[in-house]
Amino acid sequence: MIIDHPLLGPRDSSEFVYLGDASLIDRPDWQAENAAEAFYDYAYLRDNPAGEHRELWFHESGDRSWLVVTRNTMTHEISKVELARDVARAQGRSK
Amino acid sequence: MRYSGFKVIKEALTGHKGWKPAWRDPEPKAQYDVVVIGGGGHGLATAHYLAKVYGQRNVAVIEKGWIGGGNVGRNTTIIRSNYLLDGNEPFYEFSLKLWEGLEQDLNYNAMVSQRGIINLIHSDAQRDAFTRRGNAMILNGADAELLDAEQVRKEYPYLNFNDARFPIKGGLMQRRGGTVRHDAVAWGYARSADSHGVDIIQNCEVTGFRIEDGKCLGVETSKGFIGAGKVGCAVAGNSGRVMGMADIRLPIESHVLQAFVSEGLKPVLPGVITFGAGHFYVSQSDKGGLVFGGDIDGYNTYAQRGNLPVVEDVCEGGMALMPMIGRARLLRMWGGIMDMSMDGSPIIDRTPVEGLYFNGGWCYGGFKATPASGYCFAHLLARNEPHPTATAYRLDRFRTGRMIDEKGAGNQPNLH
Ligand SMILES: Cc1cc2nc3c(=O)[nH]c(=O)nc-3n(C[C@H](O)[C@H](O)[C@H](O)COP(=O)(O)OP(=O)(O)OC[C@H]3O[C@@H](n4cnc5c(N)ncnc54)[C@H](O)[C@@H]3O)c2cc1C
Repeated sequence: MIIDHPLLGPRDSSEFVYLGDASLIDRPDWQAENAAEAFYDYAYLRDNPAGEHRELWFHESGDRSWLVVTRNTMTHEISKVELARDVARAQGRSK
Repeated sequence: MRYSGFKVIKEALTGHKGWKPAWRDPEPKAQYDVVVIGGGGHGLATAHYLAKVYGQRNVAVIEKGWIGGGNVGRNTTIIRSNYLLDGNEPFYEFSLKLWEGLEQDLNYNAMVSQRGIINLIHSDAQRDAFTRRGNAMILNGADAELLDAEQVRKEYPYLNFNDARFPIKGGLMQRRGGTVRHDAVAWGYARSADSHGVDIIQNCEVTGFRIEDGKCLGVETSKGFIGAGKVGCAVAGNSGRVMGMADIRLPIESHVLQAFVSEGLKPVLPGVITFGAGHFYVSQSDKGGLVFGGDIDGYNTYAQRGNLPVVEDVCEGGMALMPMIGRARLLRMWGGIMDMSMDGSPIIDRTPVEGLYFNGGWCYGGFKATPASGYCFAHLLARNEPHPTATAYRLDRFRTGRMIDEKGAGNQPNLH
């Protein structure tokens, strides 16, 4: 698989490390009432879809940026690659 | 029809006209006591034990393709019970004991071959860890032997013993481990279940559940609705997809594992060996092919094929351990979809939906578990309580903190 890095262009997927579902960006609020339940869900449960999947890849042998890759789990086709930083900011996280 | 040497001779003398299909091809009934989803090893074994041990004969196994087309027909056929943790080892040892009596139980030749499995040791720390594991195995009634380098050399003289980085210092041997003809396991269980009255329904995909007031009443399929007192789901790599239809999210990701077979060679590998410094394992099939594999590809997928980086990694492992493997040509390679759980251990449990039961999370090691998984799932379906060897395989263990993490890798499925 070739991942089209937004800054570096097309890179082989073997340069990356895979973490999992991009919802891992949305770490729950540890002070919330339902924090225990929310962290159980966050840490252990997955949608695991057959089809389009947004997922986190880390460019370990490259510029060490985190990417959100939108990839089809039935065909391995990659339709979108974003910097995880941009995705997180667009969701109102960090500065 | 019972199979026997006598029967083979009789058929040979009468032109082989008396053989019959090994199982029927029935249309589904409107209602069953138990419907098992998935005609892989685990689903078929569940049906066999439900009928034979627990006396439940109004049972159907529903398979979307043909039986044995999933992981049970794609794996590298290794059986063993060399686990460390209390939640696992009694279960896998129970499974190994069932393998030992399987062919008599099924009246079917599954080519169970206890040729021994060695996990190689390359460092002092690894020897300590394997010594501890061997002791845990012995405490649970399994067999384990610690071999030094010379003992390993006697059986496998051509391994790369004096490698500068990963010298072979010994191995943990389980002589009762080995290999089994994987297809024959599916066929043997199917034939036995069928002969006890179980309907095996192929080319029938489960497309939904009928759930009313929190109770499962049956399954919607491509052949219409099939009612069921209880539904057991054993679909391995498709667990997320199928349980998703009941709105249940699982502590599971689907990943691909690849396997490889070389051209047929003269007998060279007497047993199974695993490389302890990388992820590589190899055995030789009775046809002569070297059967080997390594790591999962490591990303979510439902495509039954992998990518080239892992092929390279596996071949590097093979070359590091057994340099002469480089002279063998690769004949075939393929992939299967693994239900990778969050702690690397399986689940056999009830679900929040009454009447719906789940069996999954087998990762890359569910073939060896087939008999015990079927036995324990049948026990759960028949008695509504866990079998004594499977009490730790709870669906809610991630909520309560009772993970069974052999590797200590945490909630990262591609590291298990
Ligand atoms: C390459 C590879 C090597 C492996 N090596 C080993 C090994 O050496 N030792 C070991 O112990 N384990 C090994 N495994 C793991 C082992 O094969 C699996 O854990 C085990 O086979 C899974 O259980 P099963 O046989 O029931 O799965 P499967 O055979 O996959 O059965 C599941 C069935 O469910 C059916 N299904 C799915 N969705 C539906 C639906 N909606 N409706 C109806 N039916 C459905 C599928 O078609 C399939 O037939 C390996 C796996 C692979 C892929």
